[in-house]
Amino acid sequence: MQMKSAQQKVFPPTQTNPRLRSFKDFMKRLSKNKAALIGGYLILFLIIIAIIGPYFLSHGTNEISYSSRSQSPSLENWLGTDQHGRDIFSRIIYGARITLLVGLLSVFIGGTIGVFIGIFSGYYGGKIDTVIMRIMDVLLAFPGILLALAIVSILGPSILNVIYAIAIYSIPTFARVARGSTLATKNLEYIDAIKALGATDTKIIFKHILPNVTSPIIVQTSVSIASAILTASGLSFLGLGAQPPSPEWGAMLNDGRGYMYDAPHIALFPGLAIIIVVLAFNIFGDGVRDALDPKSNR
Amino acid sequence: MIQFVIRRLLQLIPVLLGVSILVFSMMHITPGSPAVIIAGEGANQETLDNINQRLGLNDPIHVQYFNFLFDAIRFDFGNSWRSGIPVSEEIAPRIWVTIELAVYSTILSIFMGLIAGIISAVRKYTMTDVIIMIVALFGLSMPNFWLGLMLIQWFSVGLGWFPATGWGSAPQVVLPVIALGTAGAAIIARMTRSSMLEVLTQDYIRTARAKGVKQRIVVYRHALKNALIPVITVVGLQFGFLLGGAVLTETVFAINGLGRLVVDRIAARDFPVVQASVLIIATLFVLVNFLVDISYRMVNKRIDLD
Repeated sequence: MQMKSAQQKVFPPTQTNPRLRSFKDFMKRLSKNKAALIGGYLILFLIIIAIIGPYFLSHGTNEISYSSRSQSPSLENWLGTDQHGRDIFSRIIYGARITLLVGLLSVFIGGTIGVFIGIFSGYYGGKIDTVIMRIMDVLLAFPGILLALAIVSILGPSILNVIYAIAIYSIPTFARVARGSTLATKNLEYIDAIKALGATDTKIIFKHILPNVTSPIIVQTSVSIASAILTASGLSFLGLGAQPPSPEWGAMLNDGRGYMYDAPHIALFPGLAIIIVVLAFNIFGDGVRDALDPKSNR
Repeated sequence: MIQFVIRRLLQLIPVLLGVSILVFSMMHITPGSPAVIIAGEGANQETLDNINQRLGLNDPIHVQYFNFLFDAIRFDFGNSWRSGIPVSEEIAPRIWVTIELAVYSTILSIFMGLIAGIISAVRKYTMTDVIIMIVALFGLSMPNFWLGLMLIQWFSVGLGWFPATGWGSAPQVVLPVIALGTAGAAIIARMTRSSMLEVLTQDYIRTARAKGVKQRIVVYRHALKNALIPVITVVGLQFGFLLGGAVLTETVFAINGLGRLVVDRIAARDFPVVQASVLIIATLFVLVNFLVDISYRMVNKRIDLD
């Protein structure tokens, strides 16, 4: 208790706490950034559709109708039907749930673990840091989708394992970003001062380091979700993720591949759906990055 | 410089060892024993014992690892569990196909990305710039397997200009390289643009302009050289990204490369082939990044990497 009051006397939170100032500033810049707003609203809109959309559909995900197979888009089936006569529009709306859930959950798991590894590694430094960062280098030595592929090959193909695989594959990127910001914050003078006043490591990490890591992590999260969605749909497309008859978009593309000659729309629309979602996260990420960049002020 | 190269080479060793440990453990942490995977569920104990004996699976785990490592260095990965032929024979011809695909796609993305990025930077905030950046954003957000399918739809099925499958002849190369290289081109275009814009605001550029140097020469001789430095690192990462992405592109275009082999054999649980392919792709990626570091250092002598 005593320490807290001393801390507050020396560093009045409203004035010298760099986090509060910069975070407010960051939110202000963010709310003025067009890309961040467009991307943000688009993401929100997609999430709402994914949650409530399925309640408004007239067709089920796996409602098979052999009388209307591979139909082109019409008033009855807005985006046409697939080779089993299932309504593609309905499947895409259902699929949005899977896609968003996989993207958000995998990056949330991997990001949380990565951020803590990065902060821990950067804060304590020394040999622990070297060893942890070498392990991260090893994980980063597997290019792109390959690490996820290797993990799925161990765990077996399923959408849940895809989430684990992408979580593991997101860890090193987040660890690096978090470590970088931690190193930058750790050497600030006020951290030394707080330490001298007797603040514990846990307190410094949670109250002072973590908030400073937040902004770069938001950018990374947005970019990582975009790439997680691409990777997950890629794995499902290869038959290593969601299994048919799941309306996962990558799995739908894989399903529709064989019918491209007669019914190209079966593969067209799930791909467009993937693009829209990935685009939303990329636009948002661009906006956040601009808002964070002090140079973009001019 | 030589010191720097040696130091970077030494740093590769722990990473490559780590990669080999991870790849080695794939087979051991997967559920189900290797012998059962090879012989099938119904195999009797004697068969299983024989297989374990033959593959050295009864040895202590560290002995198994060192055997794996030293065999791998000699490019010996044992026999495929499915086809029975040596893994090295199966993958050797395919490695080249995947490298070709990745190299061509990298060249395409550098070429397209640089041109688009420079045009965008020189004409910043014009309609041209906006259109290029929107196209780049789409290119970045597009799954390469979907783009591949669409290219087949339009140019093979529709127009009949290019074959839809295979690898080797010039027309067969076109579509897969576009499918795989587009995302890279988008990333390089964005990177080139922001890097150019940064450089174009610097004092020495203003000096050059004040001296009356022509716009063309300012852009291509003075600015581009410095603007390319950050782009080089992206190119290295791109190459790796494309090696990974080749898994999808090869599947779409039925190309017999390493990536497609991995996918096929994961389904068949043919671990020696999967391990060898993953190990080779990761090693390639690590080596390319090493080369990128070296060239980065060469074009930018001012920077002292650690």
